Amino acid sequence: MAKTGKIFRVAGPVVVAELEAGMYDVCKVGKERLLGEVIQINGNHCTIQVYEDTTGIKPGEGVENTEQPLVVELGPGLLSSIYDGIQRPLQVLRNITGDFITRGATAPGIDRKRKWDFKAAVKPGAAVKGGDVLGTVRESETIMHKILVPPSVSGKVTSIADGSHTVTDTIGRLDNGTELRMMQLWPVRKPRPVKEKRLPDVPLITGQRIFDSLFPLAKGGVAAIPGPFGSGKTVAQQSLAKWCDADIIVYVGCGERGNEMTEVLTEFPELIDPKTGKPLMQRTILIANTSNMPVAAREASVYTGITMAEYYRDMGYSVALMADSTSRWAEAMREISSRLEEMPGEEGYPAYLSTRLSEFYERAGRVTTLSGTEGSVSVIGAVSPPGGDFSEPVTQNTLRVVKTFWALDAKLSQRRHFPSINWLTSYSLYFEPLAGWYEENVAPDWVEHVSRARFILQEEDKLLEIVQLVGSDALPEREQVTLLVARMFREFLLQQNAFHPVDTYSELKKTYLIMKTILHFADLAKIALDSGMRAQRVVAIKAKDRIAEVKFEKDYEKLLGDINKDLEKEFSGLK
Amino acid sequence: MKEYKTITRVAGPLIFVEKTDPVGYGELVKITMPNGDVKSGQVLDTSENMVVVQVFEGTSGIDLNSMVKFLGETIKLPVSDELLGRILNGAGKPIDGGPEVVPEELMEITGAAINPYARANPSDFIQTGISTIDGTNTLVRGQKLPLFSGSGLPHNEIALQIARQAKVRGSNEGFAIVFAAMGITNEESQRFITEFEETGALKRAVVFLNLADDPAVERLITPRMALTAAEYLAFRKGMHVLVILTDMTNYCESLREIGAARSEIPGRRGYPGYMYTDLAMLYERAGMIKGKKGSITQLPILTMVGDDITHPIPDLTGYITEGQIVISRELHSRNIYPPVDVLPSLSRLMNLGIGKGKTREDHKQVSDQLYAFYAEGKDLRGLVAIVGEESLSERERRILKFAADFEAKFVKQAKSEDRDIERTLEIGWRLLSELPENELTRISPELRKQHYGKH
Repeated sequence: MAKTGKIFRVAGPVVVAELEAGMYDVCKVGKERLLGEVIQINGNHCTIQVYEDTTGIKPGEGVENTEQPLVVELGPGLLSSIYDGIQRPLQVLRNITGDFITRGATAPGIDRKRKWDFKAAVKPGAAVKGGDVLGTVRESETIMHKILVPPSVSGKVTSIADGSHTVTDTIGRLDNGTELRMMQLWPVRKPRPVKEKRLPDVPLITGQRIFDSLFPLAKGGVAAIPGPFGSGKTVAQQSLAKWCDADIIVYVGCGERGNEMTEVLTEFPELIDPKTGKPLMQRTILIANTSNMPVAAREASVYTGITMAEYYRDMGYSVALMADSTSRWAEAMREISSRLEEMPGEEGYPAYLSTRLSEFYERAGRVTTLSGTEGSVSVIGAVSPPGGDFSEPVTQNTLRVVKTFWALDAKLSQRRHFPSINWLTSYSLYFEPLAGWYEENVAPDWVEHVSRARFILQEEDKLLEIVQLVGSDALPEREQVTLLVARMFREFLLQQNAFHPVDTYSELKKTYLIMKTILHFADLAKIALDSGMRAQRVVAIKAKDRIAEVKFEKDYEKLLGDINKDLEKEFSGLK
Repeated sequence: MKEYKTITRVAGPLIFVEKTDPVGYGELVKITMPNGDVKSGQVLDTSENMVVVQVFEGTSGIDLNSMVKFLGETIKLPVSDELLGRILNGAGKPIDGGPEVVPEELMEITGAAINPYARANPSDFIQTGISTIDGTNTLVRGQKLPLFSGSGLPHNEIALQIARQAKVRGSNEGFAIVFAAMGITNEESQRFITEFEETGALKRAVVFLNLADDPAVERLITPRMALTAAEYLAFRKGMHVLVILTDMTNYCESLREIGAARSEIPGRRGYPGYMYTDLAMLYERAGMIKGKKGSITQLPILTMVGDDITHPIPDLTGYITEGQIVISRELHSRNIYPPVDVLPSLSRLMNLGIGKGKTREDHKQVSDQLYAFYAEGKDLRGLVAIVGEESLSERERRILKFAADFEAKFVKQAKSEDRDIERTLEIGWRLLSELPENELTRISPELRKQHYGKH
């Protein structure tokens, strides 16, 4: 018999009810049975954040406590889906309520009718424990969904068989009577258990030159992309979601624009994964809680996302989660906290902001799963600091936990330098741990090349300060050439056009060869200057301009080969 | 329906009523004052022992003897075809001397969120005839693109010029206009209305007026009324609607007023912590829906306090809208109209609306190249102020000149000048052709070959 109570007060998304409940119990509020979650208990009154609009709800209406925490449904059918913040499938909702989301509509997160071909991987008699693979289901052309024993379950299998089943059908039994199904539930606010956490030492290859070269992210790592509006956060997040080499992508649109989610929805099914040759949508789960959808569901959306990410990680996949934007999530916390009249911390954010942020980011990582395989969840969180001011609480608290920091710069985006990542303020603490991997898998002198490029870009910054004072003509010849090389790095390497069919993805080899060619030019220029050549003549070298074309070229190796030859020819002609 | 005489407290725009039967959150309220005047309000907070009501017409004259009636329903706008050509006040009542609108239907003004899955991807290029918008910050149907302006700048003229000239090429359909004024002066509003009358646009317009001397709290419902009318026209009647909301700054001030009256914990600069969500509930009502003919394009106008783009109002707006057009005081003082500062301006949906088959193949690259040179040119101006033009290199001098030409020829145009996109790109190419061809690194060799020096 469920516990029931009645509503005492309604103020926006927060409802106070006379109800017996535990923290984070899910409740059904009012006549329309709107979904809500208990977030504060005060004597016999508890405060419930409601995931839907509360207009028209009256004091005195009933509340029912389900005595369950907020859970997500995990099982085959998640991929290619688009959900709101509390895992209601938006496609199904449209069929129920039409083009606008109205209240009280519910639909299960995973289709109950669809049948999947289950292939058992264990035989009756086998002893299984939490996290073990019971069998597999082909979820999409590229992803084999492993049906796992729920973490808290163990025993000896008494029956299990291949067959076509829905997610709620019983596919087998354990000796202690537990019925095995393809779907399991998991509370969103509780991290799924692992055997151990491991240090990340494999890069998440993004196909974006500036990330892969200067500021790499490891599989299982965490990165933050802060930037003021219009600096390209969303384009950067979407490029990562499209091209990074994770097996599974969870994209959480948290309090962002409706039209942007539509863009993702229209574009992803048409894009082809360079690794598998199949539509990108087949490896993607979208969670769309746009800015005008209920604020409490926005708060829940990142947890819904990371729980799904952990589930696929437990199957041994590498998962990347994009959260756009974590600031909207933090603001949802602030909004609810202020409705609770809690004592605020910095800038009105609740004092527990830092705890929540670090708890969330700690759910990322490279792990050994319960069944002993390796999996990872990488988290890339966009941050939208008010006024582009990085000293605000969300950015600062995020910086404390992330290892890779991709600072977006409005100045760069204004001059259409995209991705507008500032190469001077960004950093990655994964550069060194990943050095070995790059040296082994791309080129032995990778680290040396990247370090030189970095050095020249820093050098440019210093020189530009001098230019500000004395003008560029007053610089010594060698420095003038340094400025030229730095400009080449910026334009030919760092800038990348996300909307160009070829340039949108740059493989590591291409990134490497572009770096190498520019440095080759720098070396030749140095020799020329040393032998008394004027900087003007180096600047006039024609072949170098053609490096600009490389990023748009499919057959870049041939083109770069030609350019390198021409560079040498032109330089030797100078003498 | 019961009436209550249990007001215990009046504070700013709020009244507190005790000992009521259960009252629904967001319900519409009627308050009858002892002299017989009637005001309306909405429930902001409801509990068993106290109901908080915000009064739209302000609380002056309300005393503890006033009668309060809860109507048991939320605020609705009567909608029908007859709305077109009408002028209404900020609360949706006709003020043009005409009859009441005979409703075909009553629509909730809060509006529900469009299911992201039901949205259609906006991709129809709207030609506004203004180069700085069409060429470098393209507007598309279903977009929300605000004008960030300052007091004393010609944002109204620009909005009117857009309303007058906006068209989707290859289609004869004009835009229906929904105009919502929030706290603007009588003079400004008259200018809008006269212009609408003169151009005949009024026949296809619905005007909501909450003027500077109208109750401030009413401003909170004015844009909701306007957007409800827009949704009706767009998604029920299949029209393409252009919504002009001016001035959003006044709207936010009213929001702050209510927050303060409720003694809420304030966020940045005293604005309530939920302002982002509140603004999103308005701006997100732009868009297109799969399988429906109409669309809502929004053009909100806001004046930046002290021209500060990091102020919470433009800041939160910029995070919700799909870009912004920034009006510059500096260009205005140099007599350049429209004084659009393209550098901080942006249209996020531009790439969806331009290119081969929509505008022209070279559009994006020309735009990027113009941006890059203009940004460099503006930087150089700072440098020249310190070291003088003499110490610039040859290349730098050319770029400096480009920036000046760009402002004089590309940005500047007459208030009546309706440039088509070909003309805009032609001007762009003419400016670019003044620079050496190999400097145009943002433009592909093929396109350079096709256009460089050919215009």
